[in-house]
Amino acid sequence: MSSYSITEPSRRQKWFAGVLVVLYALITILPLVWIIGTSFKTPSDAIAYPPKTFFTPTVEGYVNVFTTRTRLTEEQLQAVGEPQTWYDRLVRKDGLVISGPSRFAERFTNSVIIGFGSTVLCIVLGTAAAYAFSRFKVPLKDDLLFFILSTRMMPPIAVAIPIFLMFRSLGLSDTHAGMILLYTAVNLSLSVWLLKGFIDEIPVEYEEAALIDGYTRFQAFYKVVLPQAATGIASTAIFCLIFAWNEYAFAVLLTSGNAQTAPPFIPTIIGVSGQDWPAVAAGATLFLVPVMVFTILLRKHLLRGITFGAVRK
Amino acid sequence: MAQIRIQNVRKEFGAFTAVRSSTFTIEDGEFFMLLGPSGCGKTTTLRMMAGLELPTSGEIFIDGEEVGMKPASKRDIAFVFQMFALYPHMNVRKNISYPLVSQGMKREEVKTRVQEVARILKIENILDRPVGGLSGGDRQRVALGRAIVRQPKAFFMDEPLGALDAEFREHMAEELRALHDRMGATTVYVTHDQLEAMQMGDKIVVMNHGVVEQFGKPQQIYDWPATKFVAQFIGSPSMNFLDFEGMIGIGGKSVDLGEAKIEVPAAREGRAGKLTLGVRPEHVRFATESAYRGRVTAVEYLGTTQIVTLRSSHGDLKARIPSDRPVREGELVGLAFDARTLSLFDAETGKALRSDANDGVLGHG
Ligand SMILES: Nc1ncnc2c1ncn2[C@@H]1O[C@H](COP(=O)(O)OP(=O)(O)OP(=O)(O)O)[C@@H](O)[C@H]1O
Ligand SMILES: [Mg+2]
Repeated sequence: MSSYSITEPSRRQKWFAGVLVVLYALITILPLVWIIGTSFKTPSDAIAYPPKTFFTPTVEGYVNVFTTRTRLTEEQLQAVGEPQTWYDRLVRKDGLVISGPSRFAERFTNSVIIGFGSTVLCIVLGTAAAYAFSRFKVPLKDDLLFFILSTRMMPPIAVAIPIFLMFRSLGLSDTHAGMILLYTAVNLSLSVWLLKGFIDEIPVEYEEAALIDGYTRFQAFYKVVLPQAATGIASTAIFCLIFAWNEYAFAVLLTSGNAQTAPPFIPTIIGVSGQDWPAVAAGATLFLVPVMVFTILLRKHLLRGITFGAVRK
Repeated sequence: MAQIRIQNVRKEFGAFTAVRSSTFTIEDGEFFMLLGPSGCGKTTTLRMMAGLELPTSGEIFIDGEEVGMKPASKRDIAFVFQMFALYPHMNVRKNISYPLVSQGMKREEVKTRVQEVARILKIENILDRPVGGLSGGDRQRVALGRAIVRQPKAFFMDEPLGALDAEFREHMAEELRALHDRMGATTVYVTHDQLEAMQMGDKIVVMNHGVVEQFGKPQQIYDWPATKFVAQFIGSPSMNFLDFEGMIGIGGKSVDLGEAKIEVPAAREGRAGKLTLGVRPEHVRFATESAYRGRVTAVEYLGTTQIVTLRSSHGDLKARIPSDRPVREGELVGLAFDARTLSLFDAETGKALRSDANDGVLGHG
């Protein structure tokens, strides 16, 4: 009989766990792969049946998502002359010319401004509130915390109509500031609660040591607490960003011309020139990139246990 | 360098009183021990002195200046926390230099000061290591380094050796004391270990339930405990208590425990009723002629001495006697006490009665 350890999993257990993880990863990643694949197909490949696993990639979808195109007659095409750029040439095959940029870039920028803006605001306000709740005697602390959490006890969209009316009378409809405020309001309770948990975990002795070392309370907070709350701040930021980034219902309701974000815009691509699935897929793929980059950048904070037991042991 | 005076300091947490009206003085350059069992308010007292906690009432003077309203950062003191509280996101060098950086000291000077401190504490080789992987002893040294680098008026240490194992504690205790002797800065040291307090301290305050029980030099406190609590808390095995009903008048030199007449230091205050005679184990002798007798119930051999537990008519007691005297369990022996070393307590209040021997050292501050 071979000896075995109760803490170290056996080889078979490891193998089984490995298979499970890979399977799960495959299942979750498949839709993503499909979307990214579709974004590089031609419209006809995209709707081919049976579906094409192998195809000649094209960036037509990406060109289409950024442009509007018009169909011209032969004479008109002659009048326009030879296509000048690679993307002109690409659409000319189908007898189209690029008539101008689409609004995708603009909507995408809106998403970035509103998503990151509300995330930053959420983190700043959330950290300050969480620190206060964690370290100071706040009157009615428990009731306040409960109240803060209770704002999430129904879906935010349930109060869409009051918010719609409120935004209209405050002149916040279809503004960046309005959307940033709205997403911050929705995310703040989560942010306060998550961050309070993380700050509670940081021993108060660190700040006291800093106070005694001659720093003000704010400096102690800034130089000692913040670096150690980095893990919590990073994960909270990711949650806040993902919510604000993906939010669809409020964006449809409250924005149209000026501050519309990408989520309500992407489906509208479908109508531009027939069912342009590759363009939709290209929009969706591009839309994924910022959140993915943000998450990957912060990943090292998520994984690194920052305390390393410097207080205890 | 500083004298620290605590006057009628009191601290309440809601309805709970952690410290009741403490008064004592720490002289300049003293190694001062705050001693007491867990939860007696040592840490709270120290934190009030450091400015991390506001007293509910009372005054704290550092160098004659009332500091009650002064924030910790302005008191020019250093604090060594029980768990060290090294900044985990900084390496050893940064940790030590952190207090200097806050003063806006020049880079070069910070560097020399840190180097100097590292040399004193023998941690030059770990200066660039992160604090995470350090051993307990090294962490302790880094925490000390962070404290001494600033050359503050006073050092406050909250059970700084509490996180170390027994063997290493002793070693660090010696190092600490040597460091203090070399720097001569006022040091306030919190511990619940009476041995540590006796070994290291110039002076000790013994606290219990938020009350200062006694305040004085280790030897005085050991020899002449002001209360039964102190008598029991200090010394191992602790002082024997023999309870009896009796009386002693002013100038009285003996008490009667049943048949036996036992000589005590001349009393300066009289009392009648329930009394307790306190005698340290090392002051109990076997004396065949003595009228006070006890039966041996246990013997514990300790090398040169042995601890003999006896049952007597006024309670159990322990005697520390040389091990060359053979002792059998069940043996009935006569017991004599060294008259100059005995204490009498009022059994109800637990307070020691004043006598010629202990007068003047029963200070409650
Ligand atoms: N912030 C606080 N709020 C409420 N009670 C407190 C607070 N700090 C301390 N106490 C209480 O005050 C009493 C004294 O605490 P303190 O920490 O001073 O004890 P200590 O003598 O240092 O004990 P230990 O040896 O366990 O460290 C304890 O009963 C503790 O529960
Ligand atoms: Mg304590």
